[in-house]
Order: sequence, then C-alpha cells, then structure tokens
Amino acid sequence: MILKWRAPSLLSLVLLIPGSLCAQVSSERLLRAADEPQNWLTYSGNYSSHRYSPLQQVDPTNVKNLELKWVFQAQSLQKFESTPLVVDGIMYLTQSPNDILALDAKTGRVFWMYHYSTSPASRPCCGIVNRGVAILGDTLFMATVDAHLVAVDAKNGHVLWNNKLAEAAAGYAMTMAPLVVKDKVIVGAAGGEYGVRGFVAAFEARTGKEAWRFTTIPPPGEPGHESWHGDDWMHGGGAVWVTGSYDPALNLTYWGTGNPGPDWNPEQRPGDNLYSDSVVALDPDTGKLKWFFQFTPNDAYDYDSVQVPVLVDTNWGGSPRKLMLWGNRNGFFYVLDRTTGKFVSGAPFVKVNWASGLDAKGRPIPTPQPPGTPTFPGIQGGTNWYSPSYSPRTGLFYLSAWEDYATVFSGVNVEYKEGLRFTGGANTSPIAGADNPGGTRQGPINTYTEALAHGAVIALDPQTGKKKWAYEMHDVNTSGILTTASDLLFVGGREGYFQALDARSGTLLWKVNLGGEIIAGPMSYQVDGKQYVAIAAGNGLFVFAPRDGSN
Amino acid sequence: MLLPAKRLNLPQRWWWNCSVACGVLVYLGALWGPVGRAQDRAVQYAPADIRYGAQIYTAQCSACHGVNGDQVNGVDLRSGQLRRAPSDTDLRNVITNGIPGTVMPPFKFDPPELTGIVAYIRNMRDFDARAVTLGDASRGQAWFEGAGGCTSCHRVYGKGPRVAPDLSDIGAIRTADILQRTLLDPNGSILPMNRSVRVVTRDGKVINGRRLNEDTYSVQLIDDQEHLLSVAKADLREYTVTKTTNMPSYKDKASAQDLADVIAYLLSLKGLR
Repeated sequence: MILKWRAPSLLSLVLLIPGSLCAQVSSERLLRAADEPQNWLTYSGNYSSHRYSPLQQVDPTNVKNLELKWVFQAQSLQKFESTPLVVDGIMYLTQSPNDILALDAKTGRVFWMYHYSTSPASRPCCGIVNRGVAILGDTLFMATVDAHLVAVDAKNGHVLWNNKLAEAAAGYAMTMAPLVVKDKVIVGAAGGEYGVRGFVAAFEARTGKEAWRFTTIPPPGEPGHESWHGDDWMHGGGAVWVTGSYDPALNLTYWGTGNPGPDWNPEQRPGDNLYSDSVVALDPDTGKLKWFFQFTPNDAYDYDSVQVPVLVDTNWGGSPRKLMLWGNRNGFFYVLDRTTGKFVSGAPFVKVNWASGLDAKGRPIPTPQPPGTPTFPGIQGGTNWYSPSYSPRTGLFYLSAWEDYATVFSGVNVEYKEGLRFTGGANTSPIAGADNPGGTRQGPINTYTEALAHGAVIALDPQTGKKKWAYEMHDVNTSGILTTASDLLFVGGREGYFQALDARSGTLLWKVNLGGEIIAGPMSYQVDGKQYVAIAAGNGLFVFAPRDGSN
Repeated sequence: MLLPAKRLNLPQRWWWNCSVACGVLVYLGALWGPVGRAQDRAVQYAPADIRYGAQIYTAQCSACHGVNGDQVNGVDLRSGQLRRAPSDTDLRNVITNGIPGTVMPPFKFDPPELTGIVAYIRNMRDFDARAVTLGDASRGQAWFEGAGGCTSCHRVYGKGPRVAPDLSDIGAIRTADILQRTLLDPNGSILPMNRSVRVVTRDGKVINGRRLNEDTYSVQLIDDQEHLLSVAKADLREYTVTKTTNMPSYKDKASAQDLADVIAYLLSLKGLR
C-alpha cells in the first residue's frame, strides 16, 4: 500500500514541480515564455511579439470540434479590446474602464475583481478601453485611461502602488498593456489628438519609482529637435498607444509612435516632425535612444505607427539577420534591421496613393492628392493597432488590412488649447452622404459595404513583401491575429465572426458568429491538458476548447 | 481657441459650405431659418454663430460623431431630437460636463465657442445643403400618392409596399438638397447599402430584392414579395449587386412645382415615436 501510495505521489510531485516553481512570474520566465506554452505571460505572447502559441493540440484536422467552454460578460458597454494573460491556470483580464479580474481559466469563475475609479477629467480620444495587464512576480500592472500606472497584488487585487504619469485633463490617456523588462514596467501614453507630447517611461516594479522617461518629441537642444519649427514641438503629438517589444540579446526595447499634432494639417508644422510616426529603439535600463526609423515624415493623414513591433531572426540573402517586421498604417510593409534601424525593404500591402514608393533609405516619395480627392489608404489606415502575428513555422507575417479604402482629407489651422482636440482639419468619405468607415461600429448593420472598403487577413512573405494569400472579408477587419504551432490562424473581425484559417493556405476551417464586433487579439493557453482559445467580442470574452472526447 | 474664420487657411469646400449655408438661410428660411428646430423654439441662432460652430464641430466633435452627426450609435445630432439635451441649456451642460460612464468627455469651451457649437448642432442638418425651393406639403402629398406614383414602391406611416425604403422619417434624416438630388438623379444618389440585389440559388431559384445587411458569408434582404430572407453566399450560384435603382428620375417627369411640393411633404415626415 505504501509503495502504491508513494508512486503516484512522486508522479504528482513531478507534475507539480512546474506549478511550484511557477508560483511567481520571474523575469527569467518572461524571457523564456516559449518554454511554457500553456501560459500566456505577456500581451503579445512573447517578447518578440509574435502572437504565436507553441500549442498544437487544436489543429487543422480537429479545429471543427472547438466548442464554447465559457463566457465572461463584461460589466461595461465600452469596446472590449483586452488580451488576457494566463499564468498557471489563472486568467488576468481587464474590462473597461480599468477593472482587473482574476478568473479560473477553465471555468471563467471569478476569484477577485479590482475596480479603479477613473478621473472624470479623462478624455481618451478613441474609446474608454484597456488592452490588458503585465505581470512580474505576484504583481499585476495596469495603465489607466486617466494616465496612471497601478500595481495590484495578483492574489487578491489589492493596490500596491498607484502613480500618476501625466495630466488626464490635458488629453493624456493610457490604454495599452504595459511591458515588463527585467525589474521595470514600461508604458507609453496616448493623446495624440490633444496635442500632447508622447512618452515612453519605465518604473521600478517593486516601488513604482520612475526610472526614466523618453519623450518622443525632443525639446530644444536634443537631437531631432531640428525637425520642428518654432514652438510646434510643444504640442507635437507622437503618442505611444501600443505595447512594445524587447530583444534581450541587444538589450533594446522597441516602441511605435503616433501622429504629429495637429493630425491633418502638415503645413502648420513644417519639417519631419521627429519622432512622430516612427519606431524608437530604447535601452530598457536607461531609456536612452539607440536608433529611430520614421515611417511617415510630416504626416498629413494620421498614419500613426501604432503597431506592435514584430521581431524576427531569419536568414536574409543567405546570412542570419535580426530583423523587425512592420505592417504600417500608411499602407507599406517594412523590414528593418533591428540592430541598427536601417531600412532593409518595403512595399505597399494595400492600395496607396499618398506616396509613389519608398527610396533606398525607406523614406516615402510623397504624392499628395489634389484637394477634395481620395487618399489611399484612408484615415484608419491600411491596418491599425490590431496585433499582427508571425509564425516561425510558416515564416509568414499576418496582418488585418483595410483594402480599397480612402478618405478625403482637409487641413485647417488650429490653435492649441489644453484639453481640446488638436486635429486641425477634417476627413470625409469619398462617397457623398455615406459615412467613412471609422474605428468602430457597434451596431449590427453594415452600412459601409464594398463601395467604401473591405477587410482582409493578409499573409505576407517578408522576403519578398508579396502576398502569399489573402482572406477577403466583406466588412473591414478590426481584429488581432493569433497563429499556432499547428499552423492555425485565428482572427475575428467587425462582422462578429471568429474564424480559424489554415495559416499556410488561408483556407477557412472553422467559424462561429459571436454576435459583436471583434476588436481584440486572440490568445491561447492550456490547463489540465486541454488547449483553450480566447477572444473578446462585443462585450464578452469567449473561450473555446475541443469538445470533450473529441481528441 | 480656434482662429477666426478670416484667418483660417480653409480649403475651397469650406468656403463653399459657408456660402451655401448663407444661401440656405435665404431659401429655407420658412423651414428652419434662424429659429431652432428643437425645444427652444424661441431661440435665435445667428448665422455667424452657426458658421463658427461648424468649425468647432469639425475640429472637436466630428472624430466621434462623424461629419454627418450620426456616427455614434443611437445619437443623430441632425435630427434635432436629443434625448439628453432637449433644450439648449441641456446641450451646453452635456458638452461642458460630458456624460460620465460614456466616451463623451467634458469640453472646456469658452462662451462664444459654446454658443457657436450649440447653434451649429441645432442647424447642422441643413448647413451643408444647397438652396432648394420648397412648395406646399399637402399638394406634395397628393402628388406623392397620385401622379408621382411613389406609393407603388414606398411606404409611409404603415401604408404602402416595402419594396423601397420606408419614408416615414425621411424628413428627419435627409436634407431638402439630398431629397432633390435623389428625385432628379436616383442612380447617383442611392447609398451603396440600399442597392438592389439579385441572387440565384444553386437549384436555380431567382430572388430579387433590396439589400438590408451583408457580411462575408451571407446577405440579408427583403425580396419583391416582401419576405425577409437571409441567404448563405456558399449556397448561391450567382450574386449581383445592382448599381442602378428601379426608382425613376423625375427630372423630366415632374414640374418644378411638383418637385417643390413633394420635397416639402417629404421634409414633413419626421417619423412616429
């Protein structure tokens, strides 16, 4: 009896070891996220921001057996843009405006909920949303729409520290999931439509003490300031909307920056307007700028570089290279050298007429359209903040795109006034009387139709910049993308369908109508040997797994 | 604060809008003129305030509410019927304080800006419109139901077929200018979403109808027998969206007086609540 008893104990002990060791999420675990495919430890799944799950239980042959396991109904009617984390069977999810919930990842039952009261002065331009938390040790970190960074005990939801980062009444807002690098929590601030000066800032995870702050619009005396005239830099924008990436070997963290202010009137701010519409490479220990690359100098179209930087190590022309892939809102797909920031290649992935192409250094050759005529891509861009995905298995880069989409832009001089919008112009649909497809559509009726734009999932070969395949959608596509080690691709869209495609061919393998627009990125995790896929749609988080006994 | 209009580097369209607005003030005075259409019937809106408000609206409000004022779900600023702001005082309060728990933030406008934006919102439906001559609504109704033949396709207040869009609230959502353009050039005015569709199923059944909604995998329509149908695209042999409309042009079929009358009638259709 004793032997019989001891044998399963040893087995249990072995099974428990990962769980025991995993009690706290160390920075080492974040570095080696690929070693624990059952978990989803950062917003984009790993530091390279591949939004790729190494899990392969759900595959092209059995994906049709996915069934709904549970739903979390948000206590909010705002857009649901959150990507949850899952750590050893516990899910950490945010709901608008700034609540954190800890749930049982198997059943959706809630352990605790933390409610943060946002300031009535907050004015996020484009939705009261939150996209998720970061974790280090036993602490969760959330950025808030009134520009605070809050540390919360992951076991009970109690606040450990709460730092005000900027003035919400001036338009600063934070909607991104923070990024933990070593012992620091790094975040950026939005507010580019209010004439803020964007920043990326790092805080000691334990105390909340500010370690460094990199301001994306350089003040007088700093490099890059020469790209501004007079006082234009003071309200220069360059907001930081979306979570960055991290390369431990180079010790660099990468962040995309938003439009210069005012948005649509470049004549009011001559010059390249650095470092707006750029990617900046920062030392995570000091915040020092290592390099930058600007995608859209003197932007007239609100082409924020609000994309997650995707880091890829691959062979390029016969030799290994550390690259960065970037499907930009301006309609071009870029490959950059992430050691130096040098342009490697670039090509449009949707119809583009604001530039005729890119020169040898990646700088666009502008072709501004006559007043009153359509500019491609339109105001929401060829893509936007929706997370792309990279599969190391297929070697393809996947993104959600808006195709055949244009806007008529017009610029107007505007004087800065704190807390008021600083956009300087207007944008209208090319079709008289028809609304321009915007950042969201909450209603169930598609009024845009094929005449104004349509969405697609595009699979790009980074080596050529050419499409391997495209999965066309009728409505525009506002969803992030997940790929898995079984060569599945999960994507939602404005129509409310959640779909699984074959990542190699783009063939539709499975779909379900979730009844609400999907404006979030899918993620995957595993608990007790079963793989789950989660996606926020409408006002709920929907979690799927294979039907019991189907594998 | 925004710069005064004369210092603005406005594109041509802006000047066109402004001058058009002035024209509308003359022509459509009987309809709305400087008198508010909302609850504050006695309020006078100065044309200069309306123009100034239009600039502020474009800069501060259009990103969420849309240039047409109907981009926020359930809120149509052009309708003149605002649930939270029946009076201009309410409207000022909503703008100044925001609506807690929603995406509507508080705005720190100074008094002239606030006056302008309220004036514009109360008049925005017709701000962008070209001058249109209006006639007699009751004569227009007679023409609509008689010589015009409109009731052979359109429905108003529960009477008439559903083949074409129901016009019971068309006066709340369309300007005189757009109504006139639609009557004269229906093919050039139909919104893409209202187009007719023709589908042929795999077993050869032909369905003609008007599109109500569409996504990647299906289309919802009302057919010419007034059935609501949802068809899966995978089950179709043919799916055609017709860019022309069955509505005839009244360019040569109606007199100027008939057009003026029927537009006045259509503008009187505000819907039932």
